[in-house]
Amino acid sequence: MKRVYVNEKWCLGCHLCEYNCAFANSGETDMVRALQDVRIYPRIRVEGDNRVSFAVSCRHCSEPICVKSCIAGALSVRDGVVRCDREKCVGCFTCVLVCPYGAVMPAPDGSVIRKCELCTDNGFGEPACVKGCPNGAIVFEER
Amino acid sequence: MSALRYVIIGNSAAAVGCVEGIRSVDREGPVAVVSDEPYPVYSRPLISYLLEGKTDLEHMKYRPDDFYEKNGVKALLGVRAERIDAAGKRVLLSTGESLPYDRLLVATGSRPFVPPMAGLETVGKKFSFMKLDDARALQAALTPESRVLIVGAGLIGLKCAEGIRRLVRSVEVVDLADRILPSVLDAEGAAAVRKHIEAQGVSFTLGDSVAKFEGNLATLKSGKRIPFDALVLAVGVRPNTRLAAEAGCRVGRGVAVDARSATTVPDIYAAGDCCECRDISSGADHIIAILPNAYFQGETAGVNMAGGEKRFEKAIPMNSAGFFGLHVITAGSYEGEAWVERTDRSYKKLVSKDNLLKGFILVGDVARAGIYTALIRERTPLDTIDYELIRRQPQLMAFSRGKRAEMLGGIRA
Repeated sequence: MKRVYVNEKWCLGCHLCEYNCAFANSGETDMVRALQDVRIYPRIRVEGDNRVSFAVSCRHCSEPICVKSCIAGALSVRDGVVRCDREKCVGCFTCVLVCPYGAVMPAPDGSVIRKCELCTDNGFGEPACVKGCPNGAIVFEER
Repeated sequence: MSALRYVIIGNSAAAVGCVEGIRSVDREGPVAVVSDEPYPVYSRPLISYLLEGKTDLEHMKYRPDDFYEKNGVKALLGVRAERIDAAGKRVLLSTGESLPYDRLLVATGSRPFVPPMAGLETVGKKFSFMKLDDARALQAALTPESRVLIVGAGLIGLKCAEGIRRLVRSVEVVDLADRILPSVLDAEGAAAVRKHIEAQGVSFTLGDSVAKFEGNLATLKSGKRIPFDALVLAVGVRPNTRLAAEAGCRVGRGVAVDARSATTVPDIYAAGDCCECRDISSGADHIIAILPNAYFQGETAGVNMAGGEKRFEKAIPMNSAGFFGLHVITAGSYEGEAWVERTDRSYKKLVSKDNLLKGFILVGDVARAGIYTALIRERTPLDTIDYELIRRQPQLMAFSRGKRAEMLGGIRA
């Protein structure tokens, strides 16, 4: 299955993936309107210092500990993508407790979680972080 | 060889894990689920959210409606398993019928523990808070004028307090321990959470217990008198081990199982709150009554019952819950060297010992907590990571480049 991978040798630490993620999930068609003067809550996060940087998002594990631990049955795997049913999620954050990558994020108001669903849930169609990466550091491929 | 016949006693997370484990190996063998609860599987920990109005019966289903049908499971709901005939390999049911099995899972869960309390029989409206029917009965008894007394300041008692706070006039919580959430929090963490919950109008009387009930009046050991309209008993739970014990399974605190979730009786497996298991953070065997554990043990049992090979050897106590918007995440055990960081909005404690992270407490800021949990679960030697860096913020930057390539690049080192 195709997943998002990051090559930290190529990552510039520019954080564009975070903005593209927030835009793709904003429901807006205009990037400026979507992101201007708002604090963004992307589902991919850049880590690092001034020497090394890399982006982290859901690994869509083949044995997803978050799905198996979800107390609400809100997380499930469909076509290899770990998804969250936000109507079922109660925001207990058991998935935040168990994800070894720190890739499940509390939503801004803390009432549910958010995570990368490979842009299958937002109409963007392909991972926006990958498409917008200026240095080809984030790829969407089979490994 | 004819298909294996599977029977599962219980119908919650461990049972679902077992069905999914069986079906990952065996698509054919008939599976029967027996439960005295007359409902398709729902998420028990969500009952407080149900009362709070954050979920409803439709959304608290733990699996979709077609779960049983799709997995070829015959669900006998509202039927009680009365006895296991281990020699004859069958389960005797309350209907008078018996179910033959080749492999059996005991996932009988736990029940509320009610300590002897003088005069309890004089209390009209008293409730437990574990199952859907408990929540429904409690809800039906409450009015906007109700004064509710909750005995027990553990997770069940406090989630109940949160669930009903807006529905009633007052909520008072009494616990024998000198702090709230005594099994998961230390004194400082508990004080911070208590302050937050008190600000929501829940009051606490700690280090005290009920001496006697007289109708709608509780008198505590200290002499304090608490009048109430409804009583919730959330003192603790006990594992349902009777069926397994009578079938000859070794039972300690809970049903004893190995890493394959097998009991000491051939072809009988057990999983979930009825079992004890090895806590790798402390090395002790005890009951880890949390939903993820139930699922993992159930799944492990299912795979092994169907002839596959799976081991579950990474159990640790861990909890994540919000209380009136304040999130609390804890894992592991707290014996060792503590590192503490506090701000006015958060509290954090990491406990290490023998070059391993053993446990942590996060109150308020819980982001990326799973990175800490994985250090405990995987027993990552702390001298292989930048512990000073990861202490401040959970982050993958603290791992070596090679380890990161493995974690993020899908590249096996």
